[in-house]
Amino acid sequence: MSGEVVMSAVVPVHPHPLLAAKENVGWQNLANAYEELRQRIITSGAETLVIYSTTWPSIIGHQLINDPNPKWTLVDDDFHDLGSLPYDFSVDVEFADAWNDANKERGLTSRGINYHGFPIDVGSVVAVSLLNPDNRWPVSIVSSNVYSNRAETIVLAKSCLAAIERTGRKVAVICAMSLSNRMFTEPIEAKDDRIHSLKDDEWNRKILEFLGQGRLEDVAQLSRQIHTQVRVQKVVSFKPMWFLSGVNGQNNNLIGEVLAYEALHGAGGAVVHLLPDPNPSGDKEYDEDDVEYYSGDRDVLAGDGEAQDVGGENPESDDGKHGEEVGEGDSHDRGTVQSSAGAGDGAIAVKGASQYITGGGGGTVERTVMINTDSAPKPVGAYPHARRVGDLLYLSGVGPRQAGSDEIPGGAIKNGSGQSQDYDIKAQTRACIENVKTILEAAGSSLEKVQDITVFLVDMERDFAGYNEIYAEYFTTIGATRTTLAITALPTPIAVEMKVIALS
Amino acid sequence: MSRGKIVAAALAPHPPHLVYAENPPQNEPVSECGWENLRWAYERMRANLDKLDYDVIVILSPHWQTYVGTHFLGLDNFKSLSVDPVFPNLFRYHYDIDVDVELARAIHDEAAADGLAVKMMENPDFRVDYGTITSCHLTRPQWDKPIVCISSNRSRQYYSVEVMQEMTAQLGRATARAIEKSGKRALVLASNSLSHRHFVTESDIPEDMSKEHITSHHLYLWDMKMIELLRSGRTREAHDLMPEFTEQAMSETDGGGLTWLLAALDYPEYEAIVHGYGTIIGTGNAIIEWPCHAQEGGE
Repeated sequence: MSGEVVMSAVVPVHPHPLLAAKENVGWQNLANAYEELRQRIITSGAETLVIYSTTWPSIIGHQLINDPNPKWTLVDDDFHDLGSLPYDFSVDVEFADAWNDANKERGLTSRGINYHGFPIDVGSVVAVSLLNPDNRWPVSIVSSNVYSNRAETIVLAKSCLAAIERTGRKVAVICAMSLSNRMFTEPIEAKDDRIHSLKDDEWNRKILEFLGQGRLEDVAQLSRQIHTQVRVQKVVSFKPMWFLSGVNGQNNNLIGEVLAYEALHGAGGAVVHLLPDPNPSGDKEYDEDDVEYYSGDRDVLAGDGEAQDVGGENPESDDGKHGEEVGEGDSHDRGTVQSSAGAGDGAIAVKGASQYITGGGGGTVERTVMINTDSAPKPVGAYPHARRVGDLLYLSGVGPRQAGSDEIPGGAIKNGSGQSQDYDIKAQTRACIENVKTILEAAGSSLEKVQDITVFLVDMERDFAGYNEIYAEYFTTIGATRTTLAITALPTPIAVEMKVIALS
Repeated sequence: MSRGKIVAAALAPHPPHLVYAENPPQNEPVSECGWENLRWAYERMRANLDKLDYDVIVILSPHWQTYVGTHFLGLDNFKSLSVDPVFPNLFRYHYDIDVDVELARAIHDEAAADGLAVKMMENPDFRVDYGTITSCHLTRPQWDKPIVCISSNRSRQYYSVEVMQEMTAQLGRATARAIEKSGKRALVLASNSLSHRHFVTESDIPEDMSKEHITSHHLYLWDMKMIELLRSGRTREAHDLMPEFTEQAMSETDGGGLTWLLAALDYPEYEAIVHGYGTIIGTGNAIIEWPCHAQEGGE
């Protein structure tokens, strides 16, 4: 049993494509795009539809429908004259319950909703009606908390992933949402519908440009800006992109396609299809920190000192503690999330380097800092250039590639066809040490503070002497301990790589 | 036909908790008790209102939120089950509401004449919002008066509190004119709380009063400031302070109800009766009556 997110999508929330498609070409385009998306869900092999709807606001944490068969007739508060929206669909109760459990384990307030006549929101009803008219799939619908911000929403997404894993479901995740959500405040003729303003339209197109490139996390990073620029301030934030990116691993490794973008009484409505990219570039441009557990920042019921134990279910914590201290402060504020973006560590100030304090996935975490710099070659995987732990700096393996161009001084050891070719080990070694020096300096250290080096050579017999000569130029007076190993290959066509530990 | 008039008006907040705590037969969940200070305040107001003769309740609820103008219930009767989307564990209420469509349309037409965007809601499948139901139940549990139900235009979200004030004050004046022309005697209700920052967790026992308090002291201060202005007849000051109050106290006055009510009453300078103040899941709620009839020599 292996659950996974097989695809994701963005769909609009207004009822026009469902109830009045024929009245406007754009609304019909959206209806057609819904149908195209439905076909793609069929192809995806999805077993359950997860719907995160921005038109279901909640206050007491998040709510999940676990009524096995919601059935009612909805009428939109504004567009009641377009007609009624009867619904009758199946809910994946096992999945909803697993998600609810996972929410609680991660510190979220959460509850299942199983009441006859509960008002399923318009965004969910429209999505279910157009994507799932024949009840092919059971669905799981979650609310959008009015007060929640990024950390809470990201954790909600991770709980969803936990439910996917536990149930083994293959899931299509649907975000029912508008892009810009400013409608015309007066009735308009259907034929006159258009995006409310040029500014809204420009922002919508920028969002869709990113989504079309699969840059989901980049859009998520822009969520607050999007909310400020093109959202009517009904709720705290523009959250759906945080959720959608969260269930997709918070990266840009997706293949996106915009199936339609149209106006819905002035608001921006789009149907977007997102698939995991089987050949991800690893090109991560985002910079916000990751969050594993939610500790709560609004524990107002415990005002008399009865702090609620939101940390006791942390599976990775021996002592049940959750809140993390960052920086040198003495605050034990339960409101801190498990990791936060550089907060409080004023001692770290490095030009050209991005640094952030990070936690260790729960429990009491040590003060560690990840370090990256644009002046060193881009990592080829999900790792930083260096990490500071206490007074020590640990560098990831550093090769000779040049920052920006990936050019290898002294030449690559193989050509594009995989054939071996001549190269200059001295030039590669020198470039390698210069890269080490760059990273150390970006972290506020220097080559002189290196304590230990492990060197990897792909051809010891051929290269040791040349490498050793250049090495001596830099390190004779430093006197770091050293180990040199012969290995069969490195990830890129280079001959030498160094692993370094230094004082910070 | 004699001129109609507003015989009384009230700030009548709609927390479903109050209905839940009362255990009326229409509501499915059952409670032990809870929020007595506010429920007894409603009782006191009901005792006053029961002495009056009126034909219709006109109410503006922030939980029928419309973005394309202001809407009015436009059919004679609505009967269904209302389930609170936020507190479904507390409020699942079977309602049967008669509507004074004639007066609703009259207000609609007056507002339209003033340039406001308005629409009649004539879809029989429409569910009446729980704010309207709660406030009307707590004010007149007999359900023997027809209502006029007015939606909350969210102009505060689209523009600003100031624009909301302008639009809903205009609606209030249109409402007063329509009532006057109708010859009917109306009770006018603004269905909103004051400060409106909720707790985001709920006690295992929702009616556990040991957990109930205002979310923060500054919200309490704002509530007291506003109540003092209202009770002492300084309603124009209250109107002027409304934008700041609405933003600072995250107040449900953002829905326009109180602004609309004060404008409909033409900013009364006589003392209002504060029947009670209390908190519900952290929000500040006051039940305040304006005894308009007493200003004309009594009933």
